[in-house]
Amino acid sequence: MKHNSENWLLKVEGLTKIYGNPTQTSIDKTGPLFDSNICPDSGSIVACAQIDFELYPGEVLGIVGESGSGKSTIVKMLYFDMEASGGQVSFNRDPYIGKNILNLSNQSKRAIRNHLMGMVYQNPRDGLNFRFTSGGNIAEKLIMAGNFNVGTIRDKSKQLLEKTEVPVPRLDDLPAHFSGGMQQRVQISKAIANHPPLLFLDEVTTGLDVSVQAKVLDLIRELQQELGVAMVVVSHDLSVIRMLTDRTLVMKNGRIVEKGLTDQILQDPQHPYTQLLVSSIL
Amino acid sequence: MIEEKKFVTQYRFAFIDEATKREIRRKLLKAIAIPGYQVPYSSPEMPIARGWGTGGLHVTLAIIGPKDIFKIIDQGSDASVNACNLRNFVQTMTGVETTLDTNKATIIQTRHRITEEVLNEDQIFVYQVPQPEPLRSVERYENKTRQMHGEADYAKMWVSLYEQFVRHGDIMLGAGYPVKVNGRYIMAPSPIPRWDIPNLNNSKAIHLFGAGREKRLYAVPPYTKVEPLEFEDVKFHIEDFKGIPCFRTGYKKAFLDELYYDDGSKHYVINDSNFLDKLVNKELPQQHENSYLNKLGNEA
Repeated sequence: MKHNSENWLLKVEGLTKIYGNPTQTSIDKTGPLFDSNICPDSGSIVACAQIDFELYPGEVLGIVGESGSGKSTIVKMLYFDMEASGGQVSFNRDPYIGKNILNLSNQSKRAIRNHLMGMVYQNPRDGLNFRFTSGGNIAEKLIMAGNFNVGTIRDKSKQLLEKTEVPVPRLDDLPAHFSGGMQQRVQISKAIANHPPLLFLDEVTTGLDVSVQAKVLDLIRELQQELGVAMVVVSHDLSVIRMLTDRTLVMKNGRIVEKGLTDQILQDPQHPYTQLLVSSIL
Repeated sequence: MIEEKKFVTQYRFAFIDEATKREIRRKLLKAIAIPGYQVPYSSPEMPIARGWGTGGLHVTLAIIGPKDIFKIIDQGSDASVNACNLRNFVQTMTGVETTLDTNKATIIQTRHRITEEVLNEDQIFVYQVPQPEPLRSVERYENKTRQMHGEADYAKMWVSLYEQFVRHGDIMLGAGYPVKVNGRYIMAPSPIPRWDIPNLNNSKAIHLFGAGREKRLYAVPPYTKVEPLEFEDVKFHIEDFKGIPCFRTGYKKAFLDELYYDDGSKHYVINDSNFLDKLVNKELPQQHENSYLNKLGNEA
């Protein structure tokens, strides 16, 4: 897809999350330069700060970094699971154009979550309700978007399970009885149920064995090409990033230390931390 | 001497002190102003344990006046232990006239049923509610359910209905079927059977709900829309008695009880004792009108 600087889908400016009581200089005294995200004066923790990026329709953006670098925090704030401490997030879709979606009412945030976003968590327990059947979990998304016809809900759920290669006869089984890979597929079905233009994937393959990882990644890539959905892929695994993403942000101590085309970053890492990351691929 | 003085003191009218009654009335006004919304209230101590009808009793005692005529039923019956004891208590504390006649009463307190006989504009219907929170089955945290009500976020409730349909082929809520009041709040209609749910809709009487243990009041004002939750293709329906008539009256259009006699034989009899008595005496009581009842044929 052609990108120019104006047709972005999501624009993030100065997104910040701080735990504790920060001082004026907390942000200046933390980060990769200090190799710490704990403010020496106040002890507050700067999970991430000054995060700026744009995401274009149909683009796949990777966020890579070690654990604790703040990458999951970013998607959790963007999906409204977590409240941001500051920053501006714009969503280029009616009726949210020109508004900071972080400041919207809970209803509007839920509307955005239901209609414009999907999320796949590392742990299926976060994204699925294990007391509901897999069909019920998908139904939840469809119902939230105003679908109150059981027949239609079931047809759509079946189509989604088919698309994500979950055996359709298991529509009415509990996800608790599924394998990890299948649970992840159900989560993906749920996330794409309302055809959102934006999908967040938070360490989706981390708990899976290698062959299942490959299949889930294949599935995600196929879905991305088929639906043209924009994605933010969070992973500590560079091979996942390489396989899925067009552009990548590299994070350390809550800051973006390097951003660019994924191939470029992997071939020619500039920042010492990125160099370390790339050289540590097994 | 001191002891005598202390214990000879009379109870005040309707047991509860005036300040607390006023508090309960204020909360009731709020509940009526926001149909279906659960208002927290004081739930003062009563001489019966919380969870045994204190909520209904609070409401009754807060609104009752010397000229009221009081009726109380428990599962449709005027004669059950809970109903008798609470009737005696209210009568002793207020001296008001009590009645078994649905039509004559101005305040009807109930547990688990709405009377078969239609209610009028001069009547107040008071429910003893064990669990006022319809979302409790899908969300166990109170702060979460309040937020869900505040934002009308009822997807989980709907999914639980979907799940019941998928697993059992029907929505398996016999009593306490969730309803949407005035197009906004989802409300637990106390555990009345599905049979009674349509009678809440557009009712002429005021319906007041008191949950003493959970310390919540809520209300359905007169002429308010009350709709059971239903999908476009999976509809709400009332209990199906398969055309079995009441064995005493032959009536087919009332909620039935199943009775087993000592010889093992099974009989069906109208659950609402006053309605049954009236039919037996050929008084022809006027019943609620709703589309579900209208579909039932009746040759009484």
